[in-house]
Amino acid sequence: MTLPRPLLLLVAAIISLSCTPSVSSKPALFPPPEGEGTLVADKAPDAPRADAGGEDFPVPPPPFTEGVFPCSDCHASMETDLTRRELGMHDYIKLEHGPRERWCFDCHNPTDRDKLRLASGALVPFSESYRLCGQCHGDKYRDWRVGVHGKRTGFWNGKKQYLLCAHCHNPHSPHFRPLQPLPPPVAPALIKAKGAE
Amino acid sequence: MRLFIDFLLGSAKQMLKGNRSYWGWVAFLLACIAVGLVGYASQAGSGLIVTSMRDQVSWAFYIGNFTFLVGVAAAAVVLVIPAYIYQWKPIKEIVIIGELLAVSAITMCLLLVMTDVGRPERAWHMAPWPIGRWNAPSSLLAWDALVLNLYFLLNFAIVTHLLFRAFTKRDYSHRFATPLILFSIPAAVSIHTVTAFLYNGLSARPYWNSAILAPRFLASAFCSGPAIILVVLQVLRRYANLEIKNEAIWKIAELMAYAMFLNLFLFGAEIFREYYSATEHLVFTQYVFTGVHGHDTLVPYAWASLFCSVAAFIIFLVPKTRRNFVTLNFGAFLIYCGVYIEKGIALVIPGFTPSTLGEIYEYFPSRTEVMVTIGVYGAGFLMFTLMLKVAIPIINGSFHLDSRRAAEAGIVQDAATSH
Amino acid sequence: MEPDPRDDPSESSRRQFLKAVGVAASAGAFLAGCDEATREAFFQKHFKELDKDELAKVIARLEKDYSAKAGKPVTVDTTPAMDGVLFGYALDLSRCIGCRRCVYACVKENNQSRDPQIHWITVLEMKKERGVDIFESDPYYDSKEVPRPGHFYMPVQCQQCQNPPCVKTCPVQATWQEPDGIVVVDYNWCIGCRCCMSACPYGARHFNWADPSVPIDELNPVTHYLGNRPRPRGVVEKCTFCVQRSRHGKYPACVEICPVGARKFGNLLDPASEVREVIGGKRVFILKEELNTRPKFFYFYGV
Repeated sequence: MTLPRPLLLLVAAIISLSCTPSVSSKPALFPPPEGEGTLVADKAPDAPRADAGGEDFPVPPPPFTEGVFPCSDCHASMETDLTRRELGMHDYIKLEHGPRERWCFDCHNPTDRDKLRLASGALVPFSESYRLCGQCHGDKYRDWRVGVHGKRTGFWNGKKQYLLCAHCHNPHSPHFRPLQPLPPPVAPALIKAKGAE
Repeated sequence: MRLFIDFLLGSAKQMLKGNRSYWGWVAFLLACIAVGLVGYASQAGSGLIVTSMRDQVSWAFYIGNFTFLVGVAAAAVVLVIPAYIYQWKPIKEIVIIGELLAVSAITMCLLLVMTDVGRPERAWHMAPWPIGRWNAPSSLLAWDALVLNLYFLLNFAIVTHLLFRAFTKRDYSHRFATPLILFSIPAAVSIHTVTAFLYNGLSARPYWNSAILAPRFLASAFCSGPAIILVVLQVLRRYANLEIKNEAIWKIAELMAYAMFLNLFLFGAEIFREYYSATEHLVFTQYVFTGVHGHDTLVPYAWASLFCSVAAFIIFLVPKTRRNFVTLNFGAFLIYCGVYIEKGIALVIPGFTPSTLGEIYEYFPSRTEVMVTIGVYGAGFLMFTLMLKVAIPIINGSFHLDSRRAAEAGIVQDAATSH
Repeated sequence: MEPDPRDDPSESSRRQFLKAVGVAASAGAFLAGCDEATREAFFQKHFKELDKDELAKVIARLEKDYSAKAGKPVTVDTTPAMDGVLFGYALDLSRCIGCRRCVYACVKENNQSRDPQIHWITVLEMKKERGVDIFESDPYYDSKEVPRPGHFYMPVQCQQCQNPPCVKTCPVQATWQEPDGIVVVDYNWCIGCRCCMSACPYGARHFNWADPSVPIDELNPVTHYLGNRPRPRGVVEKCTFCVQRSRHGKYPACVEICPVGARKFGNLLDPASEVREVIGGKRVFILKEELNTRPKFFYFYGV
């Protein structure tokens, strides 16, 4: 029995990758799976700090559209409709994230709307949404945690302020929006002495 | 010492004596200086912004002229070598004039550097410890300042000694002068080499970062310096009653032909390397000779320079044209133009164009820069003129210590030195 | 804000005249005719040669001068390098969108002259099909939106070389590399010969062609002697990794402003720093690496 050549290469690649020792001695990229419905970090969503695998990621409050949070204010009294449909509310949201099959409840938790839901079924607060994003974007999550992806402010040798993925990327349409650039420099030929033409 | 004061007073009197054309020439030079002062006043008032230099082209006309004049100053050596090493009589008398030119040229160089820097009043920072913080051995400008000042002092000392001795009708002191004269030969080479290294050592500027830059500097200097001297000698022969043999002038012209051959050969070697290998560094040479993206301000100058140099080479190579004073002077003029453009414009500016970040800023000197440069040339030529005014009568024997004073001072005059 | 002591009208005409006459002649008359502060400024020693008392005097003089001109207190800091710190910088080319926010944040933080304009950061627009090709780049792009399709952006500023050609060429040692790796300029010692500008392969050094002008209300009063204090005319200036911020632990202004988080800064000697993570884990390249300037500024592809 022989495997097709490309498949063999793939297998070899996977084996070699998994055998390569990890560059950093940081904890595993993904926290261990939790039981269904368990709340990982039981904090109010506006708490600016979160804990993931023993690391501190101080972040500002999540960038909610004004007046939408807590979601339970409205959703608690509404019946949950799991079917895929045109929404009557939140019509400003245009879902342009990943494949077309993507749907609200891939990320939002249908029962407790104030939480997000990992693939494992674990619930995370909005202030830890990076863990949700990190499920698919593992490489970005890794880079973000060490400060290579995304913006950090504060002190290079001390306390740092992180930003949530959602601060820069609209989670429903994550592609970075173009910006208007600030003015170009003055060309040398146009730099003149004051009072000269 | 009393004698030296006599010499100085006599020299001052010599400078104040002169016919109408002398005073006309002096007035013209003073006018040039006035133009320069007006230009410099505006620069001192507003800063170097009144020049066309900007961050993209941060050295230009001043430093180009400086480089050209360092070559002129260095060229005195062309005359010193045969005169003192081979005891070749016809040139020996001319050496003083070459050295006076060197002294004047160095003065112009130093003036140009001072006009180019942003804070001239801080020039003393360049002095060695404990006054300043002379950055030796790594800064080439620090070395350049040193060798230029040394060369200035050296030539000034030699010329003063030769003239003072001639003034008192004595032969020059071999123990004092000969070592200095011999030292002036490597010193002349060094000023131009160090100036070349100033550009040469900058890996950021591939146009200059070529091993044959210093040899090219020397070769072109040995063309341009003597070209000025050739013309000066003829002027002096006609108007200043100084005896200069044709033979001497032709010999200088012959040396110039060899120097120009070397200059053109090195240039060709450079051009071959650039165009055949055609790396990304070719763009600087293209900017000079063909223009880049329609930016072609320097193109006519570059071709004019090349044309002048080649034409002058032919004139100086062919004995018939070399010995004809019409073609000879035309050739000297061509060399002067060719080298002036090459060093003054086609060396410095393309080094910066395109800039290190690829930007093309088409530099062309501003009115202020031209005015200040005219002023510097005026000052230099005024200095040269005044020194010649003293030197020529000493050389041809019409200005000397009167024999009574000499006898009082107990000087044994050597008749041979004064013709 | 004119940091140069030539605002006094009687002084300026005198100075103009003296300058024209020549430096040697001017020095004596200049010093005789000036007030004490100007005389002190003229004779001020090189920064590294100032002892504690002299430094305090110099700083007091500068603070007084700057504050008077700005109409608000201006401080001049002299905090030295921290032990065990070598600053490094990394810039993610796959993130930068060329918005020039960094350029103007830098101008504001570091009191660069507005007119004539000085920018310590130049953002080059390059074509993706050509890759990093400096001679095909454009610093003057002015599209409505960035990034433009088919283009990428490469901000260039001082690369804080470990083997800095600018320092080598300075005839008066007015520019040097600090123990934390920042290449600085003593604006009171620089003679303005511009050798360093010829030597810099990155166009990172900028000359004050005229008296720099910064609107008083925009002047950043928190300054460092070797960094963003007001500069006089006729001297060279450059990026210092915001020495007035970084030596107090803060990120440089360009890092803080960058809307895409493309700019990374930290201690190269700390294995956990962001720059070390970049160098260890990303594809990094050095601008004009062949020149052996050994920059502490690394471009990387964070994709």
